[in-house]
Amino acid sequence: MRYLPHSAADRQHMLATIGASSIDDLFAAVPASVLGTFSPDLPGHQPEFAVEAHMRGLAGRNHAAGDGPFFVGAGAYRHHVPATVDHLIQRSEWLTAYTPYQPEISQGTLQMLFEFQTQVANLTGMDVANASMYDGSTATAEAVLMARRITRKNKVFLSGGLHPQYRDTVVTYLAGEGGLECLSPSPEGQGDIIDHIDDDTAAIVIQTPDFYGHIRNVSHLAEAAHARGALLIVVVTEIVSLGLLEAPGALGADIVVAEGQSLGNPLTFGGPYVGLLACREKFVRQMPGRLCGETVDADGQRGFVLTLSTREQHIRREKATSNICTNSGLCALAFSIHLSLLGEKGLTRLAKLNHARAIALADALADAGLEVLNGTFFNEMTVRLPVAAAPVVEALAGRGILAGLPVSRLEPGKPEVENLLVLAATELTTDADIAALVAALKGELA
Amino acid sequence: MSMNTQGRPTTPSAVKGAAAGPAALLPAEPLLFEIGDRDHSGVDLPDVEIPDGRLGGLRRKSELDLPGLTEPEAMRHYVRLSRRNYSIDSGMYPLGSCTMKHNPRLNEKMARLPGFADVHPLQPVSTVQGALGVMEQLGHWLMELTNTAAVALSPKAGAHGELCGMMAIKTAHEAKGQGHRTVVLVPESAHGTNPATAAFLGYSVKSIDANENGTVDVEAVKAALGDDVAAIMLTNPNTCGLFESQIIEIARAVHEAGAYFYCDGANFNAIMGVVRPGDLGIDAMHINLHKTFSTPHGGGGPGAGPVVLSEALAPHAPVPFLRRTGEAIELVEHADDTALGRLTAFHGQMGMYVRALTYMLSHGADGLAQAARDAVLNANYIKARLQDVFSAPFNGRPVMHEVLFDDGFLKGTGVSTLDFAKAMIDEGLHPMTMYFPLVVHGAMLIEPTESESLQTLDAFIATMRELAADARAGNVTRFTAAPVRAPLRRLDETRAARQPRLKWTAETGDRRAAE
Amino acid sequence: MTTRYTTDHEYVRIEGKAGTVGISSYAQEQLGDIVFVELPSVGTTVSKGDEIAVVESVKAASEIYAPVSGTVTEINAALEGEPGLINSDPAGAGWLFRLELSDQAELDGLMDEAAYAEHTA
Repeated sequence: MRYLPHSAADRQHMLATIGASSIDDLFAAVPASVLGTFSPDLPGHQPEFAVEAHMRGLAGRNHAAGDGPFFVGAGAYRHHVPATVDHLIQRSEWLTAYTPYQPEISQGTLQMLFEFQTQVANLTGMDVANASMYDGSTATAEAVLMARRITRKNKVFLSGGLHPQYRDTVVTYLAGEGGLECLSPSPEGQGDIIDHIDDDTAAIVIQTPDFYGHIRNVSHLAEAAHARGALLIVVVTEIVSLGLLEAPGALGADIVVAEGQSLGNPLTFGGPYVGLLACREKFVRQMPGRLCGETVDADGQRGFVLTLSTREQHIRREKATSNICTNSGLCALAFSIHLSLLGEKGLTRLAKLNHARAIALADALADAGLEVLNGTFFNEMTVRLPVAAAPVVEALAGRGILAGLPVSRLEPGKPEVENLLVLAATELTTDADIAALVAALKGELA
Repeated sequence: MSMNTQGRPTTPSAVKGAAAGPAALLPAEPLLFEIGDRDHSGVDLPDVEIPDGRLGGLRRKSELDLPGLTEPEAMRHYVRLSRRNYSIDSGMYPLGSCTMKHNPRLNEKMARLPGFADVHPLQPVSTVQGALGVMEQLGHWLMELTNTAAVALSPKAGAHGELCGMMAIKTAHEAKGQGHRTVVLVPESAHGTNPATAAFLGYSVKSIDANENGTVDVEAVKAALGDDVAAIMLTNPNTCGLFESQIIEIARAVHEAGAYFYCDGANFNAIMGVVRPGDLGIDAMHINLHKTFSTPHGGGGPGAGPVVLSEALAPHAPVPFLRRTGEAIELVEHADDTALGRLTAFHGQMGMYVRALTYMLSHGADGLAQAARDAVLNANYIKARLQDVFSAPFNGRPVMHEVLFDDGFLKGTGVSTLDFAKAMIDEGLHPMTMYFPLVVHGAMLIEPTESESLQTLDAFIATMRELAADARAGNVTRFTAAPVRAPLRRLDETRAARQPRLKWTAETGDRRAAE
Repeated sequence: MTTRYTTDHEYVRIEGKAGTVGISSYAQEQLGDIVFVELPSVGTTVSKGDEIAVVESVKAASEIYAPVSGTVTEINAALEGEPGLINSDPAGAGWLFRLELSDQAELDGLMDEAAYAEHTA
């Protein structure tokens, strides 16, 4: 077996050194009744080419986004990742390195995390960012818990424009805790969350651009929240939007959480992704997750270390700010490399290009007589079809067009959203794609 | 005050070592913010004019402050940074509890097939049957290897899996009107995530001491069980590298008391294909795909922590889960009241499923069992060849896949576990896990995994013996000044914590700081 | 002025009804470099043995328990910028907080200087 270095002679030699007659002796502490008493319904070892054939067979049964016109967004976006990124993250020293607990021999990872934290802080307009979370949805849940710790209050309101699966994740994380209120879905971009804020409110959670694509102005929400001693948590699921839209930090956000997948990371059917979490300086000791900080070594040379570790579970145990003990290191690296290649000049151009493609999509849909609900959008919008959206999407998929997300998939049993379709356009969306989509929709709805 | 008596210096001493200038192949690399600037970019994108009308008046006015690099500059920056990293591809990591095994490259190739990489989680399910097939097959392997009834694939890491398993337990109790059970039993030797997870869910944690053999005593468990206990959380093999020999009786006692058994599966590498945790009586166990099933550590993630569940807990799995309807696989994203709800957006760490399944298919059931056996053989070999010079707290019994030493052998030398570890770095070795578990003083936990050859093990052993002898011979400076041959000397962690500088600003120190 | 010690290394220095609380020299040495202190708010009422503060070094966080019952009257603001004062001068500039004692009799249960020295020998 190609991953196991020992020969029979090696094993014999080692057993002789140990003083055991067989490896079975080393399992003496295991009760005999459960030791090797089964034959699993699993195949034996195989050569690489056989494994590859099997996996290719499975891959071949998936319709890849690049196979045809593609308009699915809803929290994960198809962007071009420069070839340099994937090449670099496959280097041994990035791919197969461990967590940087021995900083002297992990300065690559640590310096990269310091750069990443700076990029995220600057992008979001906040004072400090951590070394990443699992993804945007769990980061949102952690931000809600963080806000409750900071304010020592319980009530939290989730906007009706928050991604339904993000909302569901927060609900699960807070199960049984009480105080969480989820406002109804707001496909038209309407929101009355400001009316709910009271003195018992710990935080309000707003996504912008929201799940339906609307851009939300959060600065008046920040004022209203702060006036009652509550925090504003802003959620961003399409990080490229910050290349064109105002930073949440400049609008008064206290905590910003985001999904970083759009930069550096392919769609990969939902994971692994990379969660971003940034906040005001004064909240830093309440942050979950890893933090990388600057320091010097014994010779006075600048270096980086994981720091403020007493927040974390391996030290604080029951009193930790979270049980998380990982960041999404390799995905954070991919994000950071892509953003370094873009620079602010490239990110701005990329964002403008996305918006331009979305304008082309919106105009084409409107010209075809379809009802686009958005007065504002970055690269995503909601269309109200005259019929239920899910069967239309299924029919178009059969013709090789992935037309977007029928909202009913994430919000079943809600007739008010049954006809809604959320579509995204990115720099990869061509005029031909848009034309094919519009033609197919017209055909389907005729 | 409560006291952790294993405080140790975190400001480097003034002891000078040999001049530690970076060698020709390992220059110190400046920060991105020192070499890039706002005008440079490594991508060619058209500069389109866009109307403002649909931005809601929220076009960005604040500075982005994001430097760019051209492609060749980016390549240099990230290649040079990478070379300041140790990695499993370049050397052994004897890290207990981490299972740093080889990361096969076929896994990477398969994960990059467009049919896996370029697929959106919310495409119609009819267009992703292959992806669901990967999940189904991976789930099958995990359930077969553990003899369990169900598997929750969505947790994004081991700790997330713990949250999932313990939430399932909590939900199960509430469904049976047993919500008054608010205590969770956790051994002293447990990893910090275990009590952190329990506390997160509102449980109070009751600690169980190990007996003098280093394992948990069923009598101690029975004494702690009661109407108020919701669950026990045990790691098996435990964090001292020992198989919990009374585990079957413990499981029985736990179930008789109306509680559930959560098993931390971090050490599954010792028993996969050889022992099935389901046969031991566990109700929930998370599996670290990035430990046992070879997915790469990536410098700190991403991981994946699927959770296998017993019949009793299966109804309380989170969404999404899979369901077969004839030829097609269905993805159940909304479930009835018994299900736990959703722990994350989308479906889980698909990229890691592809890698892990590729690994499982490569090894086969026979290969996985052999890997476990070799992992245990390797750890016992190291124990046999070091136990005369190192101090093993629970001697006599064979260990499983990892061997625990304490700092008894360093007593009187003036060398601590930390110093010893830093001296290992100077010999080209990544240190073992140190100061964990907390049940012994100055712990050194060594896990070689099955990936290390006899030659590598012998070289490791020789280095460790030489270091131990040198420490006992009184050559203290070698240890307290270490490392002197790494890209950096010991770092001032006190300063990092007292004056946190968590991002680059104009005030960030120069590459060679003044003091 | 008398100083009394708890078995887990807090001290309280009494002047009339006022007590100054800190951790002993032995404790700060065991903990290593202190990097952060979480102090109670002024006005907080505590009972003897309640968890009242947290002292953090790089690798550990230690809970501080109230050596006596009372109400917090003052906290040492200098520790925010210079937590290292606890290491360099635990009995003096490294004091944690002051309180007004509610039950002088509790002092009888604590150790004096000599007894504490023996306790940590």
